[in-house]
Amino acid sequence: MITEIIYFNVFVILGAAIVAIAIGLSKLLATRKPSEAKLEVYECGNIHVTGDPRIQFKIHYYIFALLLVIFDVEMIFVFPWAVVFKSLGFFAFIEMVIFIAILMLGLFYAWRKGVMKWV
Amino acid sequence: MLTSGQLLEFANTNGIPIWVLDASIALLLSLAVFAICGLGVIVLVYMERKVAADFQLRWGPMHVGWRGTLQLIADAIKLISKEDIFPKNADPWIFRLAPTVMFLAAFVGLMVIPIGPKLVVQDLNIGLIYALAIPSIGVAGIIMAGFGSYNKYAMLGSMRSAAQMVSYEVPRALSIIGVVMIAGSAKLSAIVNAQSVWYVFLQPIGFVVFLVASLAEINRVPFDLPETESELVNGYHTEYSGMRFMFFLFAEYIAMMAASALTVVLFLGGWHGPGPAYLAPLWFLIKVFAVIYVMMWVRWTLPRFRIDQVMDLGWKVLLPLALLNILITGIIMLL
Repeated sequence: MITEIIYFNVFVILGAAIVAIAIGLSKLLATRKPSEAKLEVYECGNIHVTGDPRIQFKIHYYIFALLLVIFDVEMIFVFPWAVVFKSLGFFAFIEMVIFIAILMLGLFYAWRKGVMKWV
Repeated sequence: MLTSGQLLEFANTNGIPIWVLDASIALLLSLAVFAICGLGVIVLVYMERKVAADFQLRWGPMHVGWRGTLQLIADAIKLISKEDIFPKNADPWIFRLAPTVMFLAAFVGLMVIPIGPKLVVQDLNIGLIYALAIPSIGVAGIIMAGFGSYNKYAMLGSMRSAAQMVSYEVPRALSIIGVVMIAGSAKLSAIVNAQSVWYVFLQPIGFVVFLVASLAEINRVPFDLPETESELVNGYHTEYSGMRFMFFLFAEYIAMMAASALTVVLFLGGWHGPGPAYLAPLWFLIKVFAVIYVMMWVRWTLPRFRIDQVMDLGWKVLLPLALLNILITGIIMLL
């Protein structure tokens, strides 16, 4: 367990170090001539950027995100069940079918309610 | 060659704590994994360009080196020496950290992929969940890039990416439940060892759902909505240049390698193949490249989906199919 955590941390640190070294190297080698027009963010057809990108706009999928939370929890619940499925037998299978059926009912309810329509 | 017993004894006699030993071995292994990644990405980008050229009846890169083999080295040198432009209004920390986050997520995820019998960095018991969970952190990097660069196109691209991740995470994870049920383990090496028959034959529905959802997860065509060139310029990495841009590219190709390696491990028999045991990594490599070739083939065959079609496919087709697959697998295993 400790070994696995050490490995994970070493991988993360080395990955970050590689990115830092590569970007540092490019800082040394690259030319650097900032100008007013170059530092402007890109926008099609405009010389000067109009408006602010960080505005409120309707994200269509926030209900999808709620559904994701439900199904991700389901997935975490189903994984251990699947690992020991062979020794659990018929009864556990029926239980899981009922569990998934309830979730599917919810999904079809959301479907009929028009949640999954992109308007 | 030192065995682990000798190493432990050496550490004990010299008073080196065990965790230092572990960490130094991990450091060597992570450098090796990075070297494999770098080499793999060079081969993949070359392959991508050559395959694309082949599908469009052109030659592709031909001038640098023999048949353009050194083209990627030239590109890397060019990218290193390019100016790292930092837009005026961009958020300094979020903008700079985004490529790191995306690269790390893809790179650390490779830790559990077994390329041969015993040839794996860390064979976790929950390797399968790890291999699904860690690479999907990459979407945080995409959203950081979109939000940090203060650009409308980048913002829209990253938002689309979030939508796509949300939709395809679920069918992708549920499609492999059938594999776990048959193999009886979530350890990747155990799953490969259990495959006397490739699971693609036992789990055809799961395989198709997994492959399609994988394409969506790594933002490949026909699901490359986060970076649609024709409408969003370049999506979330519009404002990036030089080395940071290269790390986005790097992360994308590593994610592609990891996704195809996972497909091979779960459905195509991993390192199994005819011939002596030392050929196992070679078989693994051949299968991975076959899957990658299929992905490139798909790229030049199918047009891009619209965003609502993407969401519909995820929730109304793939998710019910994945659940149906669990049901069918369970019934057949109980009979």
